Amino acid sequence: MRLVLTQYTEIVVLVLVLILLYGLYLSWTATRLDRLHVRLDAARVALDAQLVRRSAATLELARSGLLDVATAVILATAARSAQLAAEDEREPTESALTRDLRAAFEDPREAAELSESTEGADLVQELGAAMRRVQLARRFHNESVRAVRQIRGYRRVRYFRLAGRAPDKPTFEIDDEPPAAFVR
Amino acid sequence: MKIGIVCPYAWDVPGGVQFHVRDLAAHLIGLGHEVSVLAPADDDTPIPPYVVSAGRAVPVPYNGSVARLNFGFLSAARVRRWLHDGAFDVVHLHEPGTPSLSLLACWAATVPMVATFHTANPRSRAMTAAYPILQPALEKINARIAVSEYARRTLVEHLGGDAVVIPNGVDVSFFADAAARSGWTTPKDEDGPEGAGGTIGFIGRIDEPRKGLPVLLEAFPEIVAARPRARLLVAGRGDAEEALLALPEDVRGNVTFLGMVSDEEKAQLLRSVDIYCAPNTGGESFGIILVEAMSAGAPVLASDLDAFSLVLEGGQAGRMFPNSDAAALAKEALALLADPARRTELSETAARAVRRYDWSVVGADILSVYEMVTESTAQVSAAALAVVQPGPGRGGARSAERGRGHGHGSGHGGAGGTGNGTDEPRAEPGRGRR
Repeated sequence: MRLVLTQYTEIVVLVLVLILLYGLYLSWTATRLDRLHVRLDAARVALDAQLVRRSAATLELARSGLLDVATAVILATAARSAQLAAEDEREPTESALTRDLRAAFEDPREAAELSESTEGADLVQELGAAMRRVQLARRFHNESVRAVRQIRGYRRVRYFRLAGRAPDKPTFEIDDEPPAAFVR
Repeated sequence: MKIGIVCPYAWDVPGGVQFHVRDLAAHLIGLGHEVSVLAPADDDTPIPPYVVSAGRAVPVPYNGSVARLNFGFLSAARVRRWLHDGAFDVVHLHEPGTPSLSLLACWAATVPMVATFHTANPRSRAMTAAYPILQPALEKINARIAVSEYARRTLVEHLGGDAVVIPNGVDVSFFADAAARSGWTTPKDEDGPEGAGGTIGFIGRIDEPRKGLPVLLEAFPEIVAARPRARLLVAGRGDAEEALLALPEDVRGNVTFLGMVSDEEKAQLLRSVDIYCAPNTGGESFGIILVEAMSAGAPVLASDLDAFSLVLEGGQAGRMFPNSDAAALAKEALALLADPARRTELSETAARAVRRYDWSVVGADILSVYEMVTESTAQVSAAALAVVQPGPGRGGARSAERGRGHGHGSGHGGAGGTGNGTDEPRAEPGRGRR
């Protein structure tokens, strides 16, 4: 009896060690995935913040009285819609705001005229910066989504459900191209 | 903000990345931020006060050429110490794909990270072995920046993943406000369609074929034949005598080798010449010298590399000629020398085009990225700390994972996996992540 045990012991130990090593490997993969989820969360927070900043800047400009009343109405409603939009409405309302901004500033003289006063210049500057940041934040967000999806796609992640109950978070697709006058 | 910047290449060696880091640091310090740069440097290399030396770079063969890199446990320890001493709000890595300080910092850092990718490389089969090792390290980067569309494409194709394009910065006014030197300018009577003169400038390593000087020297005799008083001014390191020998005797008098020039002299040279020629045959992912020439108002004549074409806006802000085609170079150069009005036009278009490369614009973009990344990471950590339950969760979960590797009950298997042993702020917003 004792002899039989010794014969198999080595194999059993080897198998246990391999399982242990594989377990560590899975643990490491899980850590990577977790880190990427954190990164994605941060990127989403940043994107939301920049979108809010953009609509706030638009609203401020619209309410400043420096724009003609028609443009002011268009921009104010677009900005407010974007602020009030529910999660599934975000993308279309933000894209609509972008298009309205492009339409409002299609004529390069519009921005130039606004920038003549100090108040106008500040508002235009803030709006320009906000639009640029939205573009940056969106790229960083979508890059994080891609990175997460790549790891989630690994066989071991799917098989061992290392992603747990975390839902797949999609990329954020909007038209964020600023008016030509703001592109450097 | 406390900003840590990592430069993977030796500080005393002139190079695009090093200059970029130096200028970026100066710009940020000028705005009032606390900046520390970690870079390889020899003990006797004079370094500015904001640079911390990580020791000598070691020349080793890497990916087909000899690179000077810092690696090994000593370098890793120095990186960790710098990170710890600095307590930075954000760390900005340059070229983290190169196995040097930036990659080590990426591995060790626990604060938000931004990375800038400078090079555009064709795919190498040997490198594919490195990508699975690089990727987990580079995943920690919160925001990726590429200095050009080409650098971005290299990143997308080789490492997967995207980047935002923020170009290299240039101090436009430094070049625009420099004074031309009379010894380097063309006298008025020698200019124009009837004139016999003209001054062409070149700045770059004389003995590096990819910089393109051989092409320019091949074209020069043809230029002199049509305009006997035309001059070529060459600035840069290398053996001038050897280069002169490549030219026919009668033309040698028209070429002046200036050797290494200071930044001020470079600006003066660019302000003085009628044409700045960039005949590079390859290896450029951006072309900062073009931007400098454009800032100085020097009409640019460059080879039609993709990267150059982008900077020159497809030929609007400067003329291009087919790569390595000396005859075409000569033809374009002669056309430009004969047409001062066209040169002025190019100069003006270029002056508008370079505004986006000015440090005021580039620096603002980079700072926006730092701010976005630090604010959002802080918010996510703060939210997590409000939710997470401290206690046995971490240690216990580890042994649960060891078993069959699934069903991570309370969440995390500890922070040890990354190999840095420090305590990362773990965010557990409790939204059913595991």
